[in-house]
Amino acid sequence: MTVPGVLQLLVFMAVMALLAIPMGRYMHRVFEGRRTFLDPVLVPCERFIYRFCGMDPTAEMHWTTYGLALLALNLAGFVVLFALILLQQVLPLNPAHLPKVPFWVAWNTAVSFVSNTNWQVYGGESTLSYLTQMWLTVQQFLSPITGICFFLAVVRGFSRQNTDLLGNFWRDFVRTLLWISIPGAIVGTVVLVGLGSPQNFSPYTVVHTLQGASQTIAQGPIASMTSIMQLGDNGGGYMNMNAAHPFEAPNAASLLFQLLLGFLIPVGCVYLFGLMVKDRRQGWAIYATMALMFIPLTLIMYHAEAAGNPILAQFHLSGTANMEGKEVRFGPALSSLFNSGTTAVSWGSIAAANDSMTPIGGLIPLFNMMTGEVIFGSWGVGMVGMLAYAVLAVFLAGLMVGRTPEYLGKKIQAFEVKMSVLAMIVPSFVILIFAALSVMLKPGLGAIANPGPHGLSEVLYAFASGVGNNGSAFGGLNSAAPWYAATVGFAMLFGRYPMYLPLLAMAGSLGRKQRVPVSAGTFPTHGAMFVGLLAGTVVIVGALVFFPALALGPLAEQFAMQAGRLF
Amino acid sequence: MQTGAQATGGRNRAAGADLWNRELLGHAARDSFRKLNPRWMLHNPVMFVVEVCSALTTVDALRHLFAGNLAQFNFVGQISAWLWLTVLFANFAEAMAEGRGQAQADALRRSRTEVTAKKVVASGIQQVPGASLVKGDIVLVEAGDVIPGDGEVIAGIAAVDESAITGESAPVVREAGGDRCAVTGGTLVISDQIRVRITAGRGESFLDRMISLIEGATRQKTPNEIALAILLAGLTLIFLVVVVTLAPFARYSHATVSVTVLIALLVCLVPTTIGGLLSAIGISGMNRLLQHNVVALSGRAIEAAGDVNVIMLDKTGTLTLGNRQAVEFRPLPGVAMEELATIALLSSLSDDTPEGRSIVALARGTHGAAADPAGAEFVPFTAQTRMSGINRGAELVRKGAGDAVAEFVRSQGGEIPGELEGIIAGIARSGGTPLVVAVNDRCLGVIHLKDVVKTGIRERLASLRRAGIRTVMITGDNPLTAETIAREVGVDDFLAQATPERKMEYILSQKREGYLVAMVGDGTNDAPALAHADVAVAMNTGTMAAREAGNMIDLDSNPQKLMDIVETGKQILITRGALTTFSVANDVAKYFAILPAMFVVVYPGLQALNIMHLTSPETAILSAIIFNALIIPLLIPLALRGVTYRPVGAATLLRNNLLVYGLGGLILPFVGIKLIDLVVTALHLVQTTVR
Repeated sequence: MTVPGVLQLLVFMAVMALLAIPMGRYMHRVFEGRRTFLDPVLVPCERFIYRFCGMDPTAEMHWTTYGLALLALNLAGFVVLFALILLQQVLPLNPAHLPKVPFWVAWNTAVSFVSNTNWQVYGGESTLSYLTQMWLTVQQFLSPITGICFFLAVVRGFSRQNTDLLGNFWRDFVRTLLWISIPGAIVGTVVLVGLGSPQNFSPYTVVHTLQGASQTIAQGPIASMTSIMQLGDNGGGYMNMNAAHPFEAPNAASLLFQLLLGFLIPVGCVYLFGLMVKDRRQGWAIYATMALMFIPLTLIMYHAEAAGNPILAQFHLSGTANMEGKEVRFGPALSSLFNSGTTAVSWGSIAAANDSMTPIGGLIPLFNMMTGEVIFGSWGVGMVGMLAYAVLAVFLAGLMVGRTPEYLGKKIQAFEVKMSVLAMIVPSFVILIFAALSVMLKPGLGAIANPGPHGLSEVLYAFASGVGNNGSAFGGLNSAAPWYAATVGFAMLFGRYPMYLPLLAMAGSLGRKQRVPVSAGTFPTHGAMFVGLLAGTVVIVGALVFFPALALGPLAEQFAMQAGRLF
Repeated sequence: MQTGAQATGGRNRAAGADLWNRELLGHAARDSFRKLNPRWMLHNPVMFVVEVCSALTTVDALRHLFAGNLAQFNFVGQISAWLWLTVLFANFAEAMAEGRGQAQADALRRSRTEVTAKKVVASGIQQVPGASLVKGDIVLVEAGDVIPGDGEVIAGIAAVDESAITGESAPVVREAGGDRCAVTGGTLVISDQIRVRITAGRGESFLDRMISLIEGATRQKTPNEIALAILLAGLTLIFLVVVVTLAPFARYSHATVSVTVLIALLVCLVPTTIGGLLSAIGISGMNRLLQHNVVALSGRAIEAAGDVNVIMLDKTGTLTLGNRQAVEFRPLPGVAMEELATIALLSSLSDDTPEGRSIVALARGTHGAAADPAGAEFVPFTAQTRMSGINRGAELVRKGAGDAVAEFVRSQGGEIPGELEGIIAGIARSGGTPLVVAVNDRCLGVIHLKDVVKTGIRERLASLRRAGIRTVMITGDNPLTAETIAREVGVDDFLAQATPERKMEYILSQKREGYLVAMVGDGTNDAPALAHADVAVAMNTGTMAAREAGNMIDLDSNPQKLMDIVETGKQILITRGALTTFSVANDVAKYFAILPAMFVVVYPGLQALNIMHLTSPETAILSAIIFNALIIPLLIPLALRGVTYRPVGAATLLRNNLLVYGLGGLILPFVGIKLIDLVVTALHLVQTTVR
């Protein structure tokens, strides 16, 4: 570990904290319907959309209506995408005459792009037609917006009182698309081009190397694709190597910019939360909790990678650091920051191969996802996950102040506890049960490339990534095998929607409650103690649930590596 | 074992003091076996899981015994025994809590003997069994009779011995009309006779309700208890999945893990500590209120008491001594202090109201005045004259309200000195009551009567404020007087010239702002306000209307109790939260004991996780299970007594409790399991495989 490596992480977190403020304020203006500098262009577009679709953006919705609208839109997106993939061989825009996609691959891909996971079990250029690919891009645009709407509805449950109404889904959706997604993607593209990513429609270039071989250099609208996927925390890159490819991230500055882009909306949501509940300290407390977890976890990963593999080190091949699977331009510090960051934010873009990390280095991204990707998380969803943890933490500890626990002035009672427990246990169950089935059954076992503890890590990672709607892969697992294509598809489905309904129901119940005035008897949720308590709850709950599985995976592998045994 | 909060428990302390009473222990021990019935266990999902696990390991142990595998039988058998003990300990805790209330219920039941009632019918008096009375019947109760049921006195006045329910031996007066008309079935009329209209049928009387509450027959779970039970069930479910999925992970890793070891891990992980003690905490909380001589008519009310953030207190009797006391004589210019004191003494010698007695005491004590009342004729206070005094020959001595005495002096041909107005206004401003003293046509001065604040009340209110509770004083005084007293007592707000409507309006306005309001009341005119308060404590001496409107009844009729009730409510919540945190924090150490023990054979590197350096996998697992079982009886006293509550701010309270129960819960099991492991190893309880 080097001082600049550590500083880079700390400076990054500080910059994100500063960027959270303008981003959160801007989003607050957008959703409050106040004037922004983009209004002259966008307001007519907005009106047109409402008129065209026959929507009434002023009609406020009950949580059930809001949830139904949200699910209906996602279901429609799924049906269209599933049909497009299954029928691509008879649909237009398939000049390469790509054949029918296998059923489970189609299922997996459709769920993946609707749920903002973007887990890819196929090779894009050799599997999907232009029409399908184009629709996938549309989904990359739309799927994160659902998360913002979900977030807005849940936070309104906390910030409003004595009401059944949690806002209008269509209005939230349209305003996010017009005011945030599209302008964000445009700005991102311009900056990425400036930092050296190509943006063209030129044919691939064939060059001759010094050794006389010929090489095809792929290019295209890379800057805009990268901008969309990083801003939206999708992670489904243009290139197979993802952000490690020199055109996606030509230099460290470009990679850092992409990291900023991916964190921008999630940190903005944290600040927006503080503004919406009219107490910015609440937002900062959550930000501090997330940073308090993110920094040590990333440092552990960086430390493990910098320390490297003792078995390889004795051959003096390179320095001690583990450089396998890493881009030399980035090294362990930036690679650790990027991969830890993209698993904390439910994003899934990678700058180095997780499969080649040291066991502990691979454990961190895994743990980030297993705790529910609540460290910033993708657009709004991670923030809501953190709120569910906060409800549980406040309930447990709040009893110890001798009052019915309250969070943001709302009493946390049986219904809220039931809903947040439900939202928390379903993802854990899915990861554990699918992983257990995979290592028991032949189709699951057959697709594991590395038996032993490393293989278990690969399986756990696949389901954690699916459930967390992350989309990054550990590698080493044949994820296109029907077993994994099907089960990871279900994991992505169960990881997203079973969390939506209970937490929306919780928001509905909270919105109906009267706010309890703050007094000396109220447990303050903006201080250092709450930050520690919340971080402790996330880590302890995550650790208690996954410790046995992790002990047999990465931990066993790390201890074996130290004892001189590799898998 | 009595400490802090219970010290105010009063005369019932003796009943609760012997926590480890031999008879109680024996009864609880028998009950803990009776409670093993699975149908009973089902109400507690955590302990039900443990019971099922105990049964499974027993079967496993027997299987090893019949297979002749004695080493395995020894290990599995011991695990099984400790699992059964875990369940029994939890049952024991619940039985102990119930047993402590049972004694009181039995005493109450003895008082509910069958009585013959003298029912008033058209033809006169008819002897009927007390049980046959229905609501609306009228009965005659004479000296020596037991009142056959709850009701209202509609005619007569009587002294009633209510010791059967309150434990207080001094008889109380019950009379028709007014605020003292309610009588309770099972109490004894000592003198005179009264006619009572029965207001509750058989089985629904106050006594019946008390008995069933104490026995827990109708004990509903409180809202927070339900929420906590859901969380515990959720945790149990998660750990069930964790352990069940661990079996395939272990098999994939080529580790052999027996069912017993998996079960041991499961039992260690599920929150048995809080699961086993949860109902004991609730029951003992209700018992603690009983020790304060308060009967909560619903569990919800106890919990609401912990949440209360506004308390409404009557000024008179709660914050101040019931009576005004003379504190000062203010002579008018030209009048000697001695003369005023002597005349004031003279005017009050025959006045046996508390005010009158305090004037006598002040005159004699501070001013050494003496007077001879021989030949004097007492003039009592009337609502018309608003004065009292004596006539001694031609000497007419009067004391009373300023305008009344002024009228008297003028009628005697005297003049009112200009200074009088100023003195009267000054006393009124300071919150006191001025009494003007005059002899014939001469005004002598003013007696300053003052509300005397009860000792210690200021500190009590300050501690409530630290706990985030606002106090509101209710008084019939004018706003000026009320404000002065409010400042002196240290309440946050006051409601002056309070009428039933204003009290109710005030409560409703507080509730609209999200506050939870507690109030004490006794009179019928308090009933509307009580019905709207979240915690409504009715005085046992109060009217039936007030008692019906309240959700708690204070048998001692001591309004200051409200603060004890609030603290008990908080204590119950804190105890639950503390033990839950402790229970969950314990899991970390148990993982470090059991996981390396399970997998060290396949992955020797995992020995690094055995940070306690436990002797062998077998001793590690057994020690964790023993710790898990023993912690329950060790925490029974805490569960029954409650975590000590100190009225400090929420942040401080949380920090202290997090340190003790969170951090303590994290560290303690590491120490405990290590110590048990040393003992287990020293005693060679299980064969230890040497590595």
